[in-house]
Amino acid sequence: MSSVITETAVTIQVDGQEVAVPEGATILDACDAAGVETPTICYGPTLTPVNVCRVCVVELDGSRALVPSCSRPAEEGMVVHTDSERVRHSRKMVLEFLATGVDVSQADELGQWAEHYGADPDRYVPGGETMDEPVRVQDNLYIRDYDKCVLCYRCVEACGDDAQHTYAISVAGRGFGARISTEFDVTLPDSACVYCGNCVAVCPTNALQFKTEFDLRQADDWRPEDQTVTQTVCSYCGVGCNLELHVQDNQIVKCTSPDDHDVTKGNLCIKGRFGWNYV
Amino acid sequence: MADLHFGEDQPTEAERAAIDAIVSQAEAATVVETERVVRGGRSRRRGLRHQLLPVLHSLQHEIGWISPGGLNGAAERLGVPPAEAYGVATFYELLRTTDPGHRDDVVHVCVDPACAMAGNDDLQASLEADGARVHASPCLGQCERAPALFIQGVGRPDQVPADDDEKFRLPQAGDPGLRVLRRVGVVDPTSLDSYRDHGGYEALAAAIEMGPDAVITAISDSGLSGRGGAAFPTGIKWRAVADEPGPDKHVVANCDESEPGTFKDRIVCEHDPFAVIESMTIAGLATGAPHGWIYIRGEYPRATARLEDAIAQARAAGLLGDDVAGSGQRFDIEVRRGAGAYICGEETALFNSIEGFRGEPRNKPPFPTTHGLFSQPTAINNPETLINVLDIVIDGPDAYRSVGTERSPGTRLFCLSGRVGVPGLYEVPFGTTLGELLDVAGEPTGDLSAVLLGGAAGVFVGPDALDMPLTLEDTREAGATLGSGVVMVFDDTVDMEAIVVRIAEFFRDESCGQCVPCRVGTQRQHEVLVELQSSRQPLAPQRAELIDDMALAMVDASICGLGHTAASAVRSALALGLIGNSQ
Ligand SMILES: Cc1cc2nc3c(=O)[nH]c(=O)nc-3n(C[C@H](O)[C@H](O)[C@H](O)COP(=O)(O)O)c2cc1C
Ligand code: SF4
Ligand code: SF4
Ligand code: SF4
Ligand code: FES
Ligand code: FES
Repeated sequence: MSSVITETAVTIQVDGQEVAVPEGATILDACDAAGVETPTICYGPTLTPVNVCRVCVVELDGSRALVPSCSRPAEEGMVVHTDSERVRHSRKMVLEFLATGVDVSQADELGQWAEHYGADPDRYVPGGETMDEPVRVQDNLYIRDYDKCVLCYRCVEACGDDAQHTYAISVAGRGFGARISTEFDVTLPDSACVYCGNCVAVCPTNALQFKTEFDLRQADDWRPEDQTVTQTVCSYCGVGCNLELHVQDNQIVKCTSPDDHDVTKGNLCIKGRFGWNYV
Repeated sequence: MADLHFGEDQPTEAERAAIDAIVSQAEAATVVETERVVRGGRSRRRGLRHQLLPVLHSLQHEIGWISPGGLNGAAERLGVPPAEAYGVATFYELLRTTDPGHRDDVVHVCVDPACAMAGNDDLQASLEADGARVHASPCLGQCERAPALFIQGVGRPDQVPADDDEKFRLPQAGDPGLRVLRRVGVVDPTSLDSYRDHGGYEALAAAIEMGPDAVITAISDSGLSGRGGAAFPTGIKWRAVADEPGPDKHVVANCDESEPGTFKDRIVCEHDPFAVIESMTIAGLATGAPHGWIYIRGEYPRATARLEDAIAQARAAGLLGDDVAGSGQRFDIEVRRGAGAYICGEETALFNSIEGFRGEPRNKPPFPTTHGLFSQPTAINNPETLINVLDIVIDGPDAYRSVGTERSPGTRLFCLSGRVGVPGLYEVPFGTTLGELLDVAGEPTGDLSAVLLGGAAGVFVGPDALDMPLTLEDTREAGATLGSGVVMVFDDTVDMEAIVVRIAEFFRDESCGQCVPCRVGTQRQHEVLVELQSSRQPLAPQRAELIDDMALAMVDASICGLGHTAASAVRSALALGLIGNSQ
């Protein structure tokens, strides 16, 4: 029944099904190969796993606690359960917990999984702590609405080691008070930010948004269903980055790049990401 | 690494001097580039980043806070992105990143249970009335002399007032059964000669004679297990590090001691510092690790000074350095201070803290024995664990096993506090019952209602547990734990709801915030308990269910032991009926 064929394969069992994955693959890769869908929040195909959200946990025979599938390498003979009582419970709780303190209204995938696992964020003590952050609108390119931030670290990784090597943002504070921040929360224009927008591209909750999208949403005029996406190659320099221009009412409203593109891996620079703003 | 961007704020003269005072004496780190195991990648594992926390300490101490200019100066000097330096500075309780508007010392007053029982609120009120700058602190590791204070100096040394007037005496002084505590209160902790007069450095000589393999075999045969909380077999850990190839390996003494109710490491480091140094040296030679580190909590100024002094004396005597005691092997020790973060006692968080990153635990595997400090093989132990090694090396594993039980050989240190006859540090053989231990500590002061075993991360047990033998196996069977040796005693006059709310608050405050189950779970758990406390009603069934649901997710899905244990004391208090059944 194995669905992947490679040189050196590791065979593991996912929900009773044998799957072979290449050495170095994760349990998540094995779940994918087995056709088992797994919720993820902090995982990104182009990012080094930070395994902090814990929504992807699975039960691994022989392990006392559940393990994060996104970062745990698959090892020969592992037996993994993705739909046990314990797995469903922890996934539900993670989704529930996030919804109690964060505005997840624009995190569509999260919402679907929350429904799937029956998360009930309303059963907590009324008036509990929330993120409670003002929207940071500091330029015309993108905004930061940390009320929507689930602290998945993806933006930090994209700005740092995984793509941009700019290190403009970090996690600051501790515990429930932890926030994504520049040094002393200085504005983005005063920070090291070079506006590559790679953080915007990886944010799973829309906490980071193109200013164009933000303005349209404020005007209640954001209509993804009316948008078209045009593939093009960026003309600013010779690298040849693929761009996807999202167009609504003949206006470019945002710009992305495919994750699986050899050159960009989803990353761009300010000219590709925001250049259309000046056109 | 890309060029870093620094803001316009410049350090003042004083700030620059504070930075230089640390950096100029620093050698470049003993760091090689290694495979990435955590966030904070390869490209940053170079250079001087491991000096970040010492530099931030220096700024805080000289100026009273970390200003934007000071942070920029530090970041530029060390080649650390300012946003990341800010992320590190905001992680620690002893570092301020807002201008306090004064340059006064800050008086930290403990608000944890032993001090709450001893009237810390009155102390706080009188200090405030005297105009002191008071800051509420988690357990300061002085529970036997509650209520506890720690004065964080600005431009002056930190102070623990209780250190000055103290005529130190162990409650069990002179007891022939003492092993780990044998020299404590007897030896002059500031004198290598005195240490030698009391048998010091005989174990190192014996270990060199035996050779690494025989030393590790003796440790394994002795059945020694870790005293820091997790009770992992020490021999297995050392063997794993010894088996790793290459010279870049580390030995770390974990003196972060921040588990509420624990004060043993402070007493041992203050009163027998050479024993910590000698046993670390044996660990270094046995595992082939030339680099030793002591990570000690920032609120222990006297223990820090005594350890640093002992290291200097040992180095001068050729007992540390390029050729340890004529063995031909190199081993030396560097001391690093924590800055107020319980989580930095977790071994992988501790490594990140030394390396200059936020003290966030790493996911395991990989384990420290292969990927520890600077991602290199590391043997990390609690000081109590280490000191046990001395007797094992000299007397052999059989003699070591002459007390204790088959599965819990040897003795154990217990930190007794609260409503107990004579609070203090005790050493008894494993297998002593809880009741016998309390008897050793003299007449109880009231009607016992509960004992917190193992600290905030442990569990409450009731009077019916007095017959329980204190061993790893018996406590495990009873669903309890010895943890770090905390035995905090409560009588029926204590407001247990307030105690349990405070324990929940402790976990909320100390969660590193990295993973969702613990970051949000500890917050919501605290909110449920506050609601219970103010309602004066029995715990509603749906609230009981919520507590259990949160606990299960924290146990199952958190990254580290903090999340795994954050609900255990709370749930044991509910199960025993100490809280939740209304007034
Ligand atoms: C939240 C947390 C805090 C900890 N604090 C300490 C500590 O202060 N001292 C200590 O020795 N171990 C502490 N530990 C345990 C360490 O991770 C580690 O297991 C220990 O230092 C290993 O030494 P041992 O085997 O000698 O006990 C802590 C663990 C956790 C999860
Ligand atoms: S836009 Fe680019 S440089 Fe700026 S914070 Fe985001 S990832 Fe970093
Ligand atoms: S801003 Fe977005 S990408 Fe960054 S941590 Fe928050 S949710 Fe994740
Ligand atoms: S369990 Fe708590 S302390 Fe441990 S990594 Fe997760 S958030 Fe941090
Ligand atoms: S997706 Fe695996 S921990 Fe977040
Ligand atoms: S010093 Fe106050 S409880 Fe430990």
